[in-house]
Amino acid sequence: MQNVTIAKESDARGSFCPGPLMELIRMIKGGTVGEVYAIISSDEGSKKDVPAWIAKAGHEFLGSEPFEGATRFLVRKAK
Amino acid sequence: MSEKLSIVLFSGTVDKLMAASILATGAAAMGKDVNLFLTFWGLMGFRKDDWKTNQKMSADFAEYAQMAGEAMVQHKVPSWRQTLEEAMEVGNVNIYACGMTMDLFGLKLEHLEPIVKDIIGVAGFVSMAEDGQTLFI
Repeated sequence: MQNVTIAKESDARGSFCPGPLMELIRMIKGGTVGEVYAIISSDEGSKKDVPAWIAKAGHEFLGSEPFEGATRFLVRKAK
Repeated sequence: MSEKLSIVLFSGTVDKLMAASILATGAAAMGKDVNLFLTFWGLMGFRKDDWKTNQKMSADFAEYAQMAGEAMVQHKVPSWRQTLEEAMEVGNVNIYACGMTMDLFGLKLEHLEPIVKDIIGVAGFVSMAEDGQTLFI
C-alpha cells in the first residue's frame, strides 16, 4: 500500500456512522477513474461498511491499515 | 438482496427520525431504491422547519433523553434532516406524505419540508413497496 499514489485523502475521524462512508462516496463521485482515494475513519462500523460499499459500487478496495488509533481505507475509483 | 427498502415512518421523535434517516442513507448508498412513507407523528416531524426545534425523544426512554440530546450536540452529529438530504444525494430516495394524515391535520404539501415529493394513499404505498423490504418505525 506504500507504493500507491493517493489523489486525495479525507480525514473523517470523529464523524459518526454513516458520515465517513458518505464522505468517501462524495470523494469517489467527484474523483477520476483510476485514481486512488483514502478515507480515515474512527467509526468501528466503517471496517465492514466501507469494503461492502466499495464492492457494491464496483470500485477496487486496496486495503486498510491502522492509522493513529483509527483506520485508513484505500480505494481505487474503477468507473 | 432485495433492491428496494420502504420505510413507514410513524414516529416523530428525533431518535426514531434519526434511525430511519440513517437506514435510508445506508440503503441508498448500497444501491437500493428507498421509499419513505410519512404518517401520523412521522409526518408531523416533516412540517416545514419543524426539525429545527424538534427535541422530542421516545417517551419509553425518557430518562436518557437529555443525555442523548447532549451527546448529539457534543459530537456534532448531523441532524436527521441533513442525513436524509445526503441519502437523496447518493441514491434514489423518495419521500411521500400519507394522504389520510394530511387531511386529518389539515396539511397541504406546501406546509411540508420541500424534500417531500408527493401525497399518496396507503394502497399507493403498498404498491410501491411490493417485492421489497418494508420497515415500520
